[in-house]
Amino acid sequence: MKLRYLPRITLLLLLLAIGLLLDGCQRSEPLPLRLTNVSGHMPDLDFRLTDDRGNAVTGADYRGKVVVLYFGYTHCPDVCPLTMAHLHVVMQRLGPLADGARILFVSVDPTRDTPQVMHAYVNAFDPRAVGLTGSAHAIEALTKRYRTAFTREPGAADGNYEVSHGSAIYIFDRNGHARVLATPSASQDDIVHDLHLLLSTGATP
Amino acid sequence: MKSPTLSCLLAGLLAAGGAHASAADHVHASHAWIRILPGDLPAGAYVTLQNEGDQAVALNGAHSTIYAEVMLHQSSNEGGTSRMSAVDSLAVPAHGTAMLAPAGYHLMLMKASKPVKPGDTVRLQLSFTDGSTLATDFLARPANAVDDTH
Repeated sequence: MKLRYLPRITLLLLLLAIGLLLDGCQRSEPLPLRLTNVSGHMPDLDFRLTDDRGNAVTGADYRGKVVVLYFGYTHCPDVCPLTMAHLHVVMQRLGPLADGARILFVSVDPTRDTPQVMHAYVNAFDPRAVGLTGSAHAIEALTKRYRTAFTREPGAADGNYEVSHGSAIYIFDRNGHARVLATPSASQDDIVHDLHLLLSTGATP
Repeated sequence: MKSPTLSCLLAGLLAAGGAHASAADHVHASHAWIRILPGDLPAGAYVTLQNEGDQAVALNGAHSTIYAEVMLHQSSNEGGTSRMSAVDSLAVPAHGTAMLAPAGYHLMLMKASKPVKPGDTVRLQLSFTDGSTLATDFLARPANAVDDTH
């Protein structure tokens, strides 16, 4: 009499176990990120540029690191240094965890931003900042990939010129997947929070 | 007993003084600092201007013995694009304040005749549209300094 129910009970337990397993999987998937979540909506980190030490680098060279990508140029005395200074504070607040992250500052003014200029520039902000420059073509490819743009404003008489550029900050996880997008006015707490999350989860170097 | 000529001269001088009370006489500058970038990259200068006069005044630039070029600029961020543009002047309302602060108005300092290091003080002559000037000492701060007024 009781044996008749055994297969049913086993099935029920099995379904329950599968359910718990699936639930567990789903729960570990979406991270409670605070910034604009772009997971799955933007292409993985990929580029062919030159770093501030003069080495040819690609996006793959930064796998294993959480990457903070920002476009700017060194002759920008106001907004670019402000963003970089804020990112430096973010890195400081992360403490030793910050060693697992890199700030990639990509120049949209490669004519003036040689690797040497970029080296002095990024190091004035943070030891974990890397300056990237390259051919106008390679930089345009990267800006298009992340749906941002830059234009050279009409030049002054002395050959000086301003560059307008996308102000977004893109954050990629250790696997090179785009995860969140921040504006320069985003709260520092939120950037620290999301980087902390990305640095402490899936910490596979 | 004063001579009539001296009285006239004094009266004239007083009148001239009253009529030409310059913008700079009523403006106080505070929190003046410069973000120093490496090499000969242009630097941004920031200051808070307080106008204690009854008339609005307008800053239209600055001069420096160290920087060959100084321009009044404004940064803007429209639709996710950062842009910097030259502006003719910045009004400081009567009994009001105008701030030159990161991501807004700033003085762009270019072509330094000698290296400026963090910790240095740089004197700028702020100029107003009425022709008056205000000598202000700006503190040079490192590239990654964060504005502490906010």
